[in-house]
Amino acid sequence: MAGTALRRRLTWQAARVSDVVTETPSVRTIMLEVPDWPGHQAGQHLDIRLTDEDGYVAERSYSIASAPGEPVAITVERLDDGEVSPYLTDELRAGDELELRGPIGGYFVWEPEDGGPLLLLAGGSGVVPLRAILRHRERTGSTAPVRLLYSSRALADVIYHSELDQPPAGVEVIHTLTRHQPPGWAGYARRVDAALLAEVAWPASDTPLAYTCGPTSFVEAVSQALVQAGYPPERVKTERFGATGGI
Amino acid sequence: MEALDGNAIGGLLHEVFGTEMTAAASLCGACGDARPVAELVVYLRAPGTVVRCRSCASILMVFVRARGRICVDLRGLAALG
Repeated sequence: MAGTALRRRLTWQAARVSDVVTETPSVRTIMLEVPDWPGHQAGQHLDIRLTDEDGYVAERSYSIASAPGEPVAITVERLDDGEVSPYLTDELRAGDELELRGPIGGYFVWEPEDGGPLLLLAGGSGVVPLRAILRHRERTGSTAPVRLLYSSRALADVIYHSELDQPPAGVEVIHTLTRHQPPGWAGYARRVDAALLAEVAWPASDTPLAYTCGPTSFVEAVSQALVQAGYPPERVKTERFGATGGI
Repeated sequence: MEALDGNAIGGLLHEVFGTEMTAAASLCGACGDARPVAELVVYLRAPGTVVRCRSCASILMVFVRARGRICVDLRGLAALG
């Protein structure tokens, strides 16, 4: 299947919004019906194209939030000065059409045969492709041990909160809240750095596989710290989102 | 503006090369740094996209979209694929 998917032409197609789910005040998950979807891998993304009445076109990439075999979904964070995301998070309704192409990417992907232990490191909405990996692991019956370290500004900004509160066997979810912590918060309350990773990350001797996704500065800091901790660079997969609402 | 990485241009690269390219190997023509395209430094400045070496910052690839065409400059690369 991978071979045919690689040689497939990437064409724009119309998709229908089947539902819009509120994740946080600024984040929505958009469930899509895509008639000619060829299937995707956990960690891939798709491109959305919006065309204005005057013909102006804006394109953006969004990570696929659903596992292979599940209906296609993207999770979008509203950027207040954004050109595309406010439309997707505030205006879009079930029944609307969207133009998209995908799936895209073959580097930031995980399959059960890639094994583990897995270290997933999310900054803000960087959690989206990692959630697809978690769901794929669960659906395929993989027993690879997983640690997800997820950095958010505040508890209210945590995406997929209820899902991550009940992780399946073998999955540990560790939050750090960098700006606001609720009363009695016993978790981490600082940015992810080498010291925090030393407490949370699998030791390099376990030959872990790391995936880090989030704002560029987050990914740079995390990937450099992991390599310094002895992770081989080729075992640290990176995806940089650029500007986001923050971590 | 903030640098992204090669994942961000997976769609553009597929359009240009007709196949998935983010996992392909790249070799910098200036310093010889080898790494997957996904790890290269990418600046999206529509209508142009600039891809730089993560090691020496040399320009490896430039894509410019105009009038329905994409102009491609790969002169900074020693090898791709």
